[in-house]
Amino acid sequence: MSADMSLTERKPPRDASPLAWGLATLAAIALWFVIYAQLSPFSQWLVARLPVEPGSHLAEAVTFFIYDTPKVLMLLTLVVFAMGVVRSFFSAERTRALLAGKREGLGNVAAAGLGIVTPFCSCSAVPLFVGFVSAGVPLGVTFSFLIAAPMVNEVALGLLFALVGWKVALTYLGFGLAVAIVAGWVIGRLHLEGWLEDWVRNVRASPVELPPNGMTLVDRIRAGLEAVRDIVGKVWMWIIAGIAAGAFIHGYVPEDLLASIMGRDAWWSVPAAVLLGIPMYSNAAGIIPVVEALLAKGAALGTVLAFMMAVIALSLPEMIILRKVLSLKLIAVFVGVVASGILAVGFLFNALFS
Amino acid sequence: MKDVKVLGPGCSRCEVTAQMVRDEAAKLGLDVTVEKVTDYALIAGYGIASTPGIVIDGKVVHAGGLPKPDDVARWLVT
Repeated sequence: MSADMSLTERKPPRDASPLAWGLATLAAIALWFVIYAQLSPFSQWLVARLPVEPGSHLAEAVTFFIYDTPKVLMLLTLVVFAMGVVRSFFSAERTRALLAGKREGLGNVAAAGLGIVTPFCSCSAVPLFVGFVSAGVPLGVTFSFLIAAPMVNEVALGLLFALVGWKVALTYLGFGLAVAIVAGWVIGRLHLEGWLEDWVRNVRASPVELPPNGMTLVDRIRAGLEAVRDIVGKVWMWIIAGIAAGAFIHGYVPEDLLASIMGRDAWWSVPAAVLLGIPMYSNAAGIIPVVEALLAKGAALGTVLAFMMAVIALSLPEMIILRKVLSLKLIAVFVGVVASGILAVGFLFNALFS
Repeated sequence: MKDVKVLGPGCSRCEVTAQMVRDEAAKLGLDVTVEKVTDYALIAGYGIASTPGIVIDGKVVHAGGLPKPDDVARWLVT
């Protein structure tokens, strides 16, 4: 067999063996940890060489920016990749089949949990809502899913983990799920099925059974890479803008300036944060670096978390989309119930961690 | 002649999916009509819960996310 032959027989990377893909993925993850460990020394080395006075406001702001930008982008890439792989095991149709006919209570818990791992995009919110309700998923259970899916997402968790620490990230996860479960359960108890738009109640469709997609390990790794390309490619600008704003706050806003406005003792700051957050629309990427800086300047954690949840979970664009399926009355109930839940989280958190 | 419907409210993924169907059909030399269904009630009528969806000759073959071009080709020939 000639050398030419073996060359032409070499398969293109597209069809490389699962073993090669697995090893390449492991190597990439190992490399990730090596680079990540070097970030802090590298940023100090770099700042020491910049013509800024050590210890000055400018130096603080620049150090924050230089260290945090690669750190946050790297952590986010890893988390988004992992979630992309996990999500390849789920689909909205399969989640619907799991939730159809589930009793309320347990159904709300399952829906909120599945909301984290089921692929979801806000442009799919209406088909998902109608698809769930018409297939016999109770209204309240559907709401638990629709609240958890955008609020507890990998970008929010990844960034919180990167910037504020794993304790706060876990707390956000726990309280986010709790808000979704309780709010969905309350909406279910209110029996508001009559407040759906007429056409939604008239949809008579038998849920499709899609053939199994036969994904291989390679397909799932590709799905992870695709998620990174898609999500990190979309949010990196927001993150850099957010970190720049955070760097400014770090360097120039005096310590404890925010303690009186957003601190624990100002009880009204929680409702104010929620009210402020509802009309604001940002993805988690833009808001979390600012959140981190606010925390560093004395804002209370519960207040900041409530603000963040309100910004992410209750957004005007999403409500405009949902208006196609929900009457205004039902949207008002939805906003009211979720906002109350977030309020409770803010107060509870400030009270617990004082 | 195959009748293909791409279900989706008109987000960018739906556009990409519709174009992918056209491209794959052209590659295979198949004669297809590609129609985009954007009406929510009609989309819901197909029983899917995520978009974009693909319906070939009345049968749902895909729902949610971008399909793989290879899969689209496979659906078109079977």
